[in-house]
Amino acid sequence: MQEKCLIYDGTFDGFLSAVFYTFEHKLELVNIQNEFAPQNELFSENEHILTEEDKANRVWSGLKTKLTSQGSYQMYYAFLSEKDGVENVLLDYVRYAFSKNTKVDKDYSHPSVLKIAQIAKMVGREKHRMEAFVRFRLTKDHIYFANIEPDFNVLPLIQKHFKRRYADQKWMIYDIRRRYGLFYDLDKVDIINMDFPKQFDFTKTNSDYFAEQEFDFQKLWQDYFKATNIKSRKNMKLHVRHVPKRYWKYLSEKQST
Amino acid sequence: MSFQRTQEKLKILADAAKYDVSCSSSGSQRANKNKGLGDSTGMGICHSYTEDGRCVSLLKILLTNFCIFDCAYCVTRKSNDIKRAAFKVQEVVDLTINFYRRNYIEGLFLSSGIFKSADYTMERLVAVAKKLRLEENFNGYIHLKSIPGASDELMREAGLYADRLSVNIEIPTEAGLKKLAPDKKREDFIKPMVKVKNEIIQYKAEKKIIKSTPKYAPAGQSTQMIIGASGENDFQIMQTSNFFYNSYNLKRVYYSGYVPISYDERLPQIGTAVPMLRENRLYQTDWLMRFYGFDVSEILNEQHQNLELDIDPKLSWALRNLHEFPVDINTADKRMLARIPGLGMKSVHKILNARRFRNLNWDHLKKIGVALNRAQYFIVCESNQFERRDLTSDKIKGFILQNSTSKYRKTLSNQLSLFG
Ligand code: SF4
Repeated sequence: MQEKCLIYDGTFDGFLSAVFYTFEHKLELVNIQNEFAPQNELFSENEHILTEEDKANRVWSGLKTKLTSQGSYQMYYAFLSEKDGVENVLLDYVRYAFSKNTKVDKDYSHPSVLKIAQIAKMVGREKHRMEAFVRFRLTKDHIYFANIEPDFNVLPLIQKHFKRRYADQKWMIYDIRRRYGLFYDLDKVDIINMDFPKQFDFTKTNSDYFAEQEFDFQKLWQDYFKATNIKSRKNMKLHVRHVPKRYWKYLSEKQST
Repeated sequence: MSFQRTQEKLKILADAAKYDVSCSSSGSQRANKNKGLGDSTGMGICHSYTEDGRCVSLLKILLTNFCIFDCAYCVTRKSNDIKRAAFKVQEVVDLTINFYRRNYIEGLFLSSGIFKSADYTMERLVAVAKKLRLEENFNGYIHLKSIPGASDELMREAGLYADRLSVNIEIPTEAGLKKLAPDKKREDFIKPMVKVKNEIIQYKAEKKIIKSTPKYAPAGQSTQMIIGASGENDFQIMQTSNFFYNSYNLKRVYYSGYVPISYDERLPQIGTAVPMLRENRLYQTDWLMRFYGFDVSEILNEQHQNLELDIDPKLSWALRNLHEFPVDINTADKRMLARIPGLGMKSVHKILNARRFRNLNWDHLKKIGVALNRAQYFIVCESNQFERRDLTSDKIKGFILQNSTSKYRKTLSNQLSLFG
């Protein structure tokens, strides 16, 4: 039997629609691919999947009866990893879940279950990092602005945390890599796309855009960070393990001014 | 707020506060109210890490480093020749709010030298917390230091606004305290602890009846001991710790390796290494006590007064109790699984879950994340390969050390060479 390549639009609903399709057509050899991913269409038969919310919901609610709540969020987390081929591991997981009468998401001796749990853990770690490493800077129009460049697509996962915590200030968190952001207007959180000026340097705080007091507080924070360090206990290896270097460029305490 | 003056004060008062190792900001459950600022319902977040690898989660400062006391181990002591400064209440409030809004911190950890009197100082600490809660509608985390000797009335008020209160006992034994902090009395530390404990109990009881009773220090209280300043052995330290956990419902005891800061001959001299490895072993013991179901006397007792530095305390216990092993991974109960060297509680739970589906073999255990280097000598699983030789404790220890890439190895050889 020839492998079929199912191409979906990159959304979670799109992916679930593709899963629906494999069950509907009883396909065995499939390869589910995001339409933005580089493809090797030459060697397989392609099918473009239409994203259909009701089909997606049917798969999702079916899955929820087959998994614990932890299991279903692990699937969603793993999906947001955008890792090459993760869709196919997820599909294998789904098949295994539907084939059993007991809930399987704790069965770490099954390779796909273990793999998804591991990927979900990485995504969860990135989510926590972003909750920790977002640094807001106050703009001239009183919005607390932060830019991030996470390894995985974690914006959907961190929204609730920031909404709950910063309920009385306008804020925006922008994912530079994926070119979209969250904006909270004191009432609700919207997904936004923005055009930044060509010269805009995300690593710098420019007085054209940012409030005057922003500079003072960044300086105070840097001073604090320096003062709180105990030199005789210095351990850069440990430090870098906690704060990997790739995050440094957007951390106010790591800027030298 | 004058930027320059605040800047100067912040440098001095953050520097003086850094020796307090507590940074926890979890366990509070203070939710955002009326669309105010902040929320402390989740796990505490480390927003950054210092270059020595410690979590930065709270703005940790002293209100002032003026002090009328002269505790030998403390940089703030009266006789020390250093720059002194004092924050105004409003300055601390502004710093906290502005740092919080930028997502730098989870909240404030405010301690202080004692200026004028215990009550005078405590009053100001309470004023900061009160202002943050009532005027700024701040729901972030607040940890206040209880000033030894402060009145019951102030302690009661402090607990209404703070999430956590702590008194540092600092020196594990009374004799040590007498030697190094002659102005201080043990009762003075214990009195506020008792007060806070009783208030927590009382509030809990009231809470059952009247639902709107305000939370009293919802994250509980903690304390800190300095390690290696006054010659105590690990047995004494952990006994004190155990006593405080049991008698005062403490949430945490922190162990802080003494960082030499003076030439006082009662103390280790400047240049002496900070006993970081020992500190780590004490924390491990603390965890075994609190989460792994060990009684402290199983690990430290008259016969074993000090923890071994080259191996972790669980392994050390196992080597002394080989008759309890090997344990069968597929049938042992949780309590015994938790006692296997190389198995953390997370692995224990994973094993309990996974073995309902099939019997686990070495490969499964490895994937689950068990440190087989240590565990292999103590377990059997679904495999006919297991340690059959009748090895002595020394042999096993030798094998494990040979194959370990302990992150402490280097530190260990450094510290050992200091002794040798
Ligand atoms: S009372 Fe506190 S601040 Fe003052 S010297 Fe003693 S330990 Fe330091």
